[in-house]
Amino acid sequence: MTSDDLESMSVLGDPVRRALYRFVAEQGRDVGRNEAAEAAGVQRTLAAHHLDKLVEAGLLESGFKRLSGRAGPGGGRPAKVYRRVREERSVSLPPRDYRTLALVLAETVDLLGGEEKAEEAARRAGKRLAGSSGAGEAADLVEVLRGRGYEPYEEDGRVRLRNCPFHVLAESHPLLVCSMNLALCEGMLAGLGETGVAATLDPRPGECCVAFTPSKTNVD
Amino acid sequence: MHLAQLNVAHLREPLDSPTLTDFLAALAPIYQVSDAAPGFVWRMKEGDEPTDLIQHDYGPMLVVNLSVWESRETLWNFVYRSAHLEVMRRRREWFHRIAEPYTVMWWVPEGHLPPLDEATARLDLLRAQGPGPEAFTFKEFYDSSDAAYLPAAAEVRK
Repeated sequence: MTSDDLESMSVLGDPVRRALYRFVAEQGRDVGRNEAAEAAGVQRTLAAHHLDKLVEAGLLESGFKRLSGRAGPGGGRPAKVYRRVREERSVSLPPRDYRTLALVLAETVDLLGGEEKAEEAARRAGKRLAGSSGAGEAADLVEVLRGRGYEPYEEDGRVRLRNCPFHVLAESHPLLVCSMNLALCEGMLAGLGETGVAATLDPRPGECCVAFTPSKTNVD
Repeated sequence: MHLAQLNVAHLREPLDSPTLTDFLAALAPIYQVSDAAPGFVWRMKEGDEPTDLIQHDYGPMLVVNLSVWESRETLWNFVYRSAHLEVMRRRREWFHRIAEPYTVMWWVPEGHLPPLDEATARLDLLRAQGPGPEAFTFKEFYDSSDAAYLPAAAEVRK
């Protein structure tokens, strides 16, 4: 953690800013001021003020885009748009550095050729996570995923994941981390007793590598 | 500048063994993904069939792949953020684990299609000296501004 991260987080102390930040993050695309203001239930000028504060704090980034989707003359004036920054912020008090340790351990697994063991361990961890999600008996896959920071959303009857909770490690050790993540998700399904869907690798730029697809046996 | 990449893989079994059936079957769909991927420039082909693997002098158990991309991001997105990832997960079924680097990248001027000896010289350079502007990896990447394109650099260093 750096003091910058702490500063950034303090900007989220304001409930309107939190609402705007959440809305922009959840869309996973460029969001205009009007749209954000409407979602947060505030006036456009107030929304603009808070959105710019979030940009100053490094939590959002801004750009200009023609929201009409038309280019050239008649396309309208480009509007200011906002999106969540790719870089992560984390605050832990007192300071803890699990990231460095995780990078060293991933390196070690690579050197030892221990991918299969790592996947087995991830599968067991997934089972435990599903069991301890705190959501009780009615624990639902999407709730568990949301609780783990995956930011699930539905697309064409599948559950996709907007965020990779292991982004930094997935950039340095993609094969290992994506394989472990898949195993972790399979473990969660097993832990939830969920047999109607299967976890599959379906990576896309900018998203988590796993998607959940209805199992073949349950398709009518 | 464009980014060239060479991959080499050591087969566990000869190509005609049943172990390699799935690998050979995966080639056509994966080449479809790569050739249509944003930022794809070129890959070395031996023939029209996807299973026509690149011919070389390193023996029948070595498979090589050589391609050129517009940027690190476009190559990364193909390798790790497409259907290619699932195929890579199965690499241990088909290929030996090798301790030495088995993939190398370097910058080439746009329009230059690197011959295989240029590519293997880059891999030799990486293996001999570790990553540098003339031969590097995703993990230790060098921008094109760091890389003076010196076709003979690998030769000179031998």
